[in-house]
Amino acid sequence: MAINRFKTILAAGVTLAAMDVSGVQAQTGSGAEPLGNAEHGAELWEYECAACHEMGRGAENGIGPHLTRIYGRRAADVDGFTYSDSIERMGRDGLRWTFRTLDAYIENPYALVSGTRMSYPGLPDAQDRADILAFMRQFSDMPANIPEAEPTARRIEIELPPEVLAIRGDREWGEYLASECTTCHQRDGAAMGIPSITYWPEDRFVVAMHAYKEGLRPHAVMQNVARRLDNEEIAALAAYFATIDD
Amino acid sequence: MEFKRRTVLGSMAAGAAILSAPAVLGQTRPRVVVIGGGSGGATAARYIARDSQGAIDVTLVEPSRVYYTCYFSNLYLGGFWELDDMGHSYGTLAARHGINVVHDWAVGVDRDAQTVTLAGGDTLPYDRLVISPGIDFREDSVPGWSVAAQNRMPHAYKAGSQSELLKAQVENMREGGTYCMVAPPNPYRCPPGPYERISMVAHVLSQRNPTAKILIVDPKENFSKQGLFEDGWARHYPGMIERVGPDFGGDIVSVDPEAMTVSIDGVVEDVDVCNVIPGQKAGRIAELAGITDDSGWAPAVPANMKSRMDDNVYILGDASAQGDMPKSGFSANSQAKVAANSIRHELTDARLFPARYANTCWSLIGTDDGVKVGASYEATDEKIASVEGFISQVGEDAELRQQTYEESIGWYNGIVADMFT
Repeated sequence: MAINRFKTILAAGVTLAAMDVSGVQAQTGSGAEPLGNAEHGAELWEYECAACHEMGRGAENGIGPHLTRIYGRRAADVDGFTYSDSIERMGRDGLRWTFRTLDAYIENPYALVSGTRMSYPGLPDAQDRADILAFMRQFSDMPANIPEAEPTARRIEIELPPEVLAIRGDREWGEYLASECTTCHQRDGAAMGIPSITYWPEDRFVVAMHAYKEGLRPHAVMQNVARRLDNEEIAALAAYFATIDD
Repeated sequence: MEFKRRTVLGSMAAGAAILSAPAVLGQTRPRVVVIGGGSGGATAARYIARDSQGAIDVTLVEPSRVYYTCYFSNLYLGGFWELDDMGHSYGTLAARHGINVVHDWAVGVDRDAQTVTLAGGDTLPYDRLVISPGIDFREDSVPGWSVAAQNRMPHAYKAGSQSELLKAQVENMREGGTYCMVAPPNPYRCPPGPYERISMVAHVLSQRNPTAKILIVDPKENFSKQGLFEDGWARHYPGMIERVGPDFGGDIVSVDPEAMTVSIDGVVEDVDVCNVIPGQKAGRIAELAGITDDSGWAPAVPANMKSRMDDNVYILGDASAQGDMPKSGFSANSQAKVAANSIRHELTDARLFPARYANTCWSLIGTDDGVKVGASYEATDEKIASVEGFISQVGEDAELRQQTYEESIGWYNGIVADMFT
């Protein structure tokens, strides 16, 4: 049954995608880059997303929430779906689904929402993501009329070059820097009102902090903290919290 | 490693011997004395002792065996927090980190001899001294009020028995009576504190005594989070709160504790509860140590929180004059970590890291209606300067406000763990 619905949706999506591409091309003259290939995105959707998500007319929540009209929506606001605390918190903090935030989420769900229940390893290929997002866009309200800036604008994503991820953090420096964190985040990992940040894999910590720094993750305090940390300092913090001994 | 420390200690002790009385000769470890066991002092003592792993002898002088945080004392007033949950003891600092906790008053500092005198008669020598005494009140701030009147007209601006007293007065106020707050002039401890208190008093009165009135007599044109508070008061407590600012004489106020009256620019008002929060200055021991200036506060070096008067003395928290950071527990905790790193660097072979300062202040306006304001700071030559800030917005939805309140509880648990565990 789910498969049948999916096939119907897919067919509609392809048709809409064909219409939409021309609309977008009309905009490219004003400087916007073209969106991805929605037709290819529809194929990817089947392999990457459809096992858990439905989208389109009559779509229902399944393992994951339905994704109809995802663009412009606040995170974690589909009625009747039980979200992780982590994404609920991000929704309240102001996370909205735009091309940019969806792209970051699909690339690495845990980098954007640490405690997400979406069991998906991420899609590393930027073009594939653009294609899926172009496809998903057909199921949001009047996508061609959405103002160029958001949500259809091309992403200005956080790009972490390999050399940034490869920085070996200075743990002793991290311990000093961490004293700013432990005013709120507890060293023993207790999380009540404020999330735990201990024993994270270093790369996940680094990506999360850069996501705050770039404003991709919402939360005023964390954005403020992250914006004045440089690459070395973020790596130092990651090294310390990954191995903290309370 | 051990040998290296001795080398450092030896040269340092020799230096001290030349400059002053040989207080450190013959001892085995450099000595740090911390006066005041609040957010600045407890944090500094804990970080110095913990991170030096026994290489520094740390003594914490604090008269109270149980320390009541000022933060969340307003929530206690509003019925959202228990007095016991505001109280913290120093047992773990002694047992786990080897800090000598001395429950006594510091009554004198001899900066030439590098000693602290205690009320009990003991004299404590130090290589570095941290003074984190919080605030005292200016006696001349509100004519008619003095500390002797604090049972008639409580300040409740040092937590504990004063908080209990004010809570009892609010809860037992006559039906339709008037609670009056005389708000303090700048600068003072916890800028949003008086207005969070107004919110909590209004919360209690709106439930127990809904015809009661709240009068704020305020010498300031504006106050912290004003838009957020005024929006919240209009939503939660419509018609209950009146504020008289300096444009209507809020800066020309006197009180009569016996008659329970407040005079505002000559107009005498009868009140039922009068919460006088006087003008403030550095805690008295800072003045006795001779590190305060004409402002009544103790100027600090932005890069490391040393007193500008003495290279061996650090001044933390509310008592310090450092620039843009508000006088808050969060600020004191932040400053303490910078000072602790500087002290460990000077007394042992610890690395020195550049100063980093931050502050966030959460306030509760009504049930599940929390807001926050905060900023990051950097040390310039002149002062600790604000870099970038943020503040909650009017019109945020109820879920976000509830989350902000829950976050404040998380912060409370975080900072007291950072001070006392």
